[in-house]
Amino acid sequence: MQNTKYRTFPRGGIHPPEWKLSAGEPIKEISAPARVIIPLTQHLGAPAVPVVERGTAVVTGQLLAQGQGFVSANIHTPVSGKVIKIDAAIDASGYKRTAIIIDVDGDEWDSTIDRSPSLNKNIRDSREEIIRKVQDAGIVGMGGATFPTHVKLRVPKGKKADMLIINGVECEPFLTADHRLMLEKGNELMIGVRLIMKALEVKNAVIGIEENKDDAIEYLSGLAEKQPGISVQTLKVKYPQGGEKQLIKAVTGREVPGGGLPVDVGVVVHNVGTTFAVYEAVQKNKPLIERIVTVTGRSLSTPSNFLVRIGTPVSKLIDAAGGLPEDTGKVVLGGPMMGKAINNLDIPVTKGTSGVLFLPADESHREKADPCIRCSKCISVCPMGLEPYLLMPLAEYKLWDKAEKEKVMDCIECGSCSYTCPAHRPLLDYIRLGKMQVGQLIRKRKQTV
Amino acid sequence: MDKKLLTVSLSPHLHGKETTSKLMTGVVVALIPAWLVSVYFFGWDAVIVPVVSIGSSVLFEFLIQKYLLGKKSSIQDGSAIVTGFLLAMTLPSNISPWLVILGALVAIGVGKMSFGGLGNNPFNPALVGRVFLFISFPVQLTRYPNPNHIIISDAVSGATPLGLLKEGMRNGEAVSGLLDQVPSHMQMFIGAMSGSMGEIAAAAILLGFIYLLVKKIITWHIPVTILTTVFLFAGILWLANPRNNADPLFHLLTGGLMLGSVFMATDYVTSPMSKKGMIYYGIGIGLITVIIRRYGAYPEGVQFAILIMNAFVPIINMYIKPKRFGEVKKNG
Repeated sequence: MQNTKYRTFPRGGIHPPEWKLSAGEPIKEISAPARVIIPLTQHLGAPAVPVVERGTAVVTGQLLAQGQGFVSANIHTPVSGKVIKIDAAIDASGYKRTAIIIDVDGDEWDSTIDRSPSLNKNIRDSREEIIRKVQDAGIVGMGGATFPTHVKLRVPKGKKADMLIINGVECEPFLTADHRLMLEKGNELMIGVRLIMKALEVKNAVIGIEENKDDAIEYLSGLAEKQPGISVQTLKVKYPQGGEKQLIKAVTGREVPGGGLPVDVGVVVHNVGTTFAVYEAVQKNKPLIERIVTVTGRSLSTPSNFLVRIGTPVSKLIDAAGGLPEDTGKVVLGGPMMGKAINNLDIPVTKGTSGVLFLPADESHREKADPCIRCSKCISVCPMGLEPYLLMPLAEYKLWDKAEKEKVMDCIECGSCSYTCPAHRPLLDYIRLGKMQVGQLIRKRKQTV
Repeated sequence: MDKKLLTVSLSPHLHGKETTSKLMTGVVVALIPAWLVSVYFFGWDAVIVPVVSIGSSVLFEFLIQKYLLGKKSSIQDGSAIVTGFLLAMTLPSNISPWLVILGALVAIGVGKMSFGGLGNNPFNPALVGRVFLFISFPVQLTRYPNPNHIIISDAVSGATPLGLLKEGMRNGEAVSGLLDQVPSHMQMFIGAMSGSMGEIAAAAILLGFIYLLVKKIITWHIPVTILTTVFLFAGILWLANPRNNADPLFHLLTGGLMLGSVFMATDYVTSPMSKKGMIYYGIGIGLITVIIRRYGAYPEGVQFAILIMNAFVPIINMYIKPKRFGEVKKNG
């Protein structure tokens, strides 16, 4: 069933150019590289603890590191071969962090993984088993936030979810990984949705897709017709509609209270990539060891969507997409609005890497900042109803108390304010600083109480 | 792979195409229809005054930045051009160029640069210059030429419709009788009346307003609120006592109300930041305008109304906030 009324979130938002260059490119599998780098922090929360050591021989799918604590995630080897070291390596954060480095030898898979392409429609597992399998498989939110999925599958005591929203918005310019997944793995997605619905004990699921992906809307709507409780909601194109709170508002009209969680309004949101990973984990016993990555840029010869083993260095994807464009000035992991610029092409793809974007040198630098002319455009575009023009000087002059009162912690870092500012002011940079400092103050306050 | 130096910066990695100077250019373009009408009605004078005003505004900003503040000049942002153009549009076309230069000096020097330049001035610089001239040189600022190309009865020569009204009311005449001596609403709409260069033709100003809206340079909130408030307030007065009050349409079409609502009150720097704040600000300007026109000593009150409300903008910004996401119903 397809809901015909197009919706969007009411407040703020921008319309950056879409540049979905690779939307027509089918997903292509890339073979494993000669060496993979597997960071132990690929998720929000505590780093995983290695269960292998230097010299351990591993087969694809074998556990490498165990999640520790409530918010953490397991990590498996995406290749077969030998652990050559456990050492610090630079990841997308720009910092050196511990990673397991494996030299690839052959491609032998753990025998419990079902690698056949057949669709397994039979949902046999109980709610608890589904959650356990998701936890074992090390699944995290694949839209970029990388929050451990099993935590989100357990509704906290005293709260109740009545709706699951599947995030197929992909509102970032350039990225098409989710779009291709919806087109090519629709049947698997439907089963994934059912699995999550079962785990959450909800009767309704809505797949939210923006209208620029009309082929995916049509295809999934057709599939959803045979699935009681699942429907597709077409959304008007607007950034940042993929933001959890914006998506919930767009689909249901419900507003997550400030500082609250989606489940406070009875909703849980999962990305389509995550949903597919849940299907593979539960029905195929396959841990999260590969993902779809959009490799794109306007100077790139063949923008593509690749199925990539986690740990593959970015440089290998560049070769597969036709080589590094001559004019490259910046390489971004993720989309252009929220992605992270990297300084090193050996950085590996991790669970949260939705894309690799190449920007030409002449678009890689910011313009000089001019004085604020108080045009209030930053307020108009802020989807959270904040005042970036005010938060920036509050952070600049270290007025943390005032910044907290002005709700700096509500910022979702979508970047709409910086994008829009005619004076090219680094609004979000300072707001991030404010969030960091205010966050520390709040934690300190909690400790002393 | 050859080593390549990559730029690293925080997101977002894209930027919209808007720049300060593009916005300023947009305001200048939006003023052109009103200016062309003034050239049609007032001839060469309407070319000379803006040229002098813009030239001296830009020059003063340059000189003050370079020699007084010792900073790098930022005249290329175009804000001095806008100030100069707006100042010219508020003046009669037959004003002496020396007064224009003096007005530009006050507008830029006192109104803008003394507070630290673009973005820091509490009052609209063009209006600061205009009000300075208006108070210091009342005769020169209210001796309007008759528009060319049209025949108007002698009664209106040199006086604006609002001036005529005030004068007549002072002499105890009925407003209904005085209105026979002023141009018709249609004439006023196209600018066939005495007045400052940019303010006469409501039609041309509205054209500029539409351009500003389409280009998303301003939002409707401030101008529409001001005009609605004036229309309603003047309408109530008129309905209560038609003998002593002009009709609300007359108030909309005369004086600097249109120009002020669309181009002065909407000045980014000196108007509120939130949409809700803009509405309160607009209501304030509308009320003060009608009160001055009806009960004050001056025939026209828009310039004072805007400057008075400019002073309230920091307080409006402090207390009137946009609605935060998730503010409603805690704990759902």
